[in-house]
Amino acid sequence: MAVDVVMPQMGESIFEGTITKWLKKAGDKIERDEPLFEISTDKVDAEIPSPSAGVLKEIKIAEGQTVPVQTVVAVIDADGAGARSAAPSAQAPASPSAVAKAEALEGGPAPAGVEAPPPDDEKAAPGPVPTKKDPQPGAQKTAAAAPAPSRATESKAASSASQAKSASADAGSREKVRSSPLVRRLAKEHEVDLTQVPGTGAGGRVSKKDILGAIEGGGARAEAPASAAPAGPSNAQPGAGAPAARVTIESAVPREKIYFGKYDVQPMSVMRQKIAEHMVLSKRVSPHVYSVDEVDMTSIANLRAKSKAKFEESTGTKLTFMPFFVRAAVEGLRAFPTVNASVDGTNVVLHKECNIGIAVALDWGLIVPVIKNAEEKNFLGIARSMNDLAERARSKKLKPEEVAESTFSITNPGVFGGLFGLPVINQPNVAILGLGAIEKRPVVIDDAIAIRSMVYLTLSYDHRVVDGAIAHQFMAKIKHTLENWTESIL
Amino acid sequence: MAPVTMLEAIRQAMFEEMDRDPAVVAMGEDIGVYGGAFKVTEGLLERFGNERVIETPISETAIVGAACGMSYLGLRPIVEMQFIDFIACCFNQVTNFVAKGHYLWGAPAPMVIRGPSGGGVHGGPFHSANPEMYFAHTPGLKIVYPSTPYDAKGLLKSAVRDNNPVLFFEHKFLYRRIKEELPEEEYTVPIGKAVTRREGRDLTILSYAAMMHTSLEAAAELEKEGIAAEVIDLRTLMPLDKEAILASVKKTNKLLIVHEDTRTGGIAGEIASLVCENAFEDLDGPIARVTSLDTPVPYAPTLEEHFLPNAAKVAAAARELAKY
Repeated sequence: MAVDVVMPQMGESIFEGTITKWLKKAGDKIERDEPLFEISTDKVDAEIPSPSAGVLKEIKIAEGQTVPVQTVVAVIDADGAGARSAAPSAQAPASPSAVAKAEALEGGPAPAGVEAPPPDDEKAAPGPVPTKKDPQPGAQKTAAAAPAPSRATESKAASSASQAKSASADAGSREKVRSSPLVRRLAKEHEVDLTQVPGTGAGGRVSKKDILGAIEGGGARAEAPASAAPAGPSNAQPGAGAPAARVTIESAVPREKIYFGKYDVQPMSVMRQKIAEHMVLSKRVSPHVYSVDEVDMTSIANLRAKSKAKFEESTGTKLTFMPFFVRAAVEGLRAFPTVNASVDGTNVVLHKECNIGIAVALDWGLIVPVIKNAEEKNFLGIARSMNDLAERARSKKLKPEEVAESTFSITNPGVFGGLFGLPVINQPNVAILGLGAIEKRPVVIDDAIAIRSMVYLTLSYDHRVVDGAIAHQFMAKIKHTLENWTESIL
Repeated sequence: MAPVTMLEAIRQAMFEEMDRDPAVVAMGEDIGVYGGAFKVTEGLLERFGNERVIETPISETAIVGAACGMSYLGLRPIVEMQFIDFIACCFNQVTNFVAKGHYLWGAPAPMVIRGPSGGGVHGGPFHSANPEMYFAHTPGLKIVYPSTPYDAKGLLKSAVRDNNPVLFFEHKFLYRRIKEELPEEEYTVPIGKAVTRREGRDLTILSYAAMMHTSLEAAAELEKEGIAAEVIDLRTLMPLDKEAILASVKKTNKLLIVHEDTRTGGIAGEIASLVCENAFEDLDGPIARVTSLDTPVPYAPTLEEHFLPNAAKVAAAARELAKY
């Protein structure tokens, strides 16, 4: 049995991904969940596990190509020797629902919610399933409309989609279908459930062609995806016309002033392009104001020196300065909620959670994994999830939801020896905290000069929302928390 | 009959209208002995004499002011701006007197202000303007901007006969480049009617003047890729042919507007609003536009090429829209 491998949906707003590396070549044997290829998207770089055991029969999309999500990128022959053990378990639960779906399609739009129950081994699959809140049409539709192929990938997509469905009401999932005013009107007039129409437009959008096909075709819709992928007026491969560099990055001077003397030219990685785009956008949208504060870290440095060995022994995780700053930042955010916000037009969105993004430097760029609900975590909980996220960031094992939904960010230029830095706000946050290097410096205390462990903290904040008064009180709160540390760290 | 240029078609219209109606007179700088900067009025003086072909000093305000007065007294002046850019000099006359006369005093000003407009000929910032939108924004004026010799002749004749002021833009890039055989018999082209230049089903490209030809060029390119673009030539900007625009949008469900005028405040924005107000639920994609950049028209040929839309830019935008 041939199993299609598709470009996964790596988060809500991701519509395409670039294949950066194939870890197997055609003819190689592969186990289920064994890393098969690496991708790069707007949000994350990730290793994608194989949906099935078997033999890699064909690679359809070469390295460096960008394709829309749900595009078939390879085919695995699951009849290979190792396939037996893994494939059937994934296949079994999906089949009956596929029949149900096919029947539903015969008789008109399938009632929402007729989806596969999650297969038992669903949890075991570490693969990047769509995020919980993402009843993305692409995944769902492929699953619903193509009963035959790619059992394993489908059941996964279908099950996560069904979870999403039960979680959000039908009306909610309908809003998420990308379409157009025309398509929505036609859907209403012909009573078509848009979530059941496979979209072939940009980013899986349900286009006029798709809905007209659905209205005319009725039961014949099952064949849609087969014709959908390679069809369209131009016979170009999907994504072939969309090179990786779809970000426009401006140069400040004409090209001829850039090339002189001897030089090498390195193309930007997708991640580098995304960073460039994000940074330019942030600087353009948010008027940045900076304030710098100085914090005496002596008591925390002493505490850390004293507890380090014991902490690491009893918890199995490193004790760095970072969790102290995260805890202090959370205190600050709770006291000054405007710093824990986003801007939506003329609305300020005050987040109830403190999701703290931590900038992690990578050899190939930079990523900001997020400690979710940091306000609910104690010191150890923060230290643990931070070390875990940083580790997995470096090994490309982050899930897309782990780099999304930050409400505030922290960056640590001090780790490379910087006295302090003036960071760019990580959108959609309104502020970012920069940590300088912790150094012993002579400090005047009560007219005496003392040697203390000092650090400069900087806050870059969006003046549209945060004014200087709030920013400085926020910083004062952090300073006070750090200088008067009372929380037990174990 | 031999094909004629747009310039010749305009000349024919003036001859025919002056022949037909003794109230029609021509006025402008160098339009007599010299025959006009582009020779549109060549032969007019010999034929109709200096009472009806009036050479003026270099004062657009005086020309339009005089024409306005003449029109109130029963004449139908055709006024030439040597380059349409200089219509800015008589902005007050045009917008406050010519445009409002009918409304204020029940005294319509039947006159035509015509002149060479548009870029692509390396004329630089003072000789390449597309100032149509200053006037499209002024209630009381009709704005005509043809793209073919047939339309230029037929529309100019309609403009002369119209009882309200008409601004008649002649794209100078097209003056000698576009040739067409014209009917021997008398004809006019109605003001306010667009025309479909090419049928298509995938998207509508709406354009006028020189950009209509650019759009056709792009549409031919797109056809090779399997994209069938419908090309509509507005011909008149004011009054806008709303029926034609909406009908085509309802047919193809996607709209790309192409104009040589600069982007901000161009007619594309107005048309986009019109379509959103009247045919939102017929749209299967965002309304797109290809226009000149928001800068003065550059002098340097390379810069001007960068500034202006061209077939490749139009085709690229159309491809994106078709794919959407």
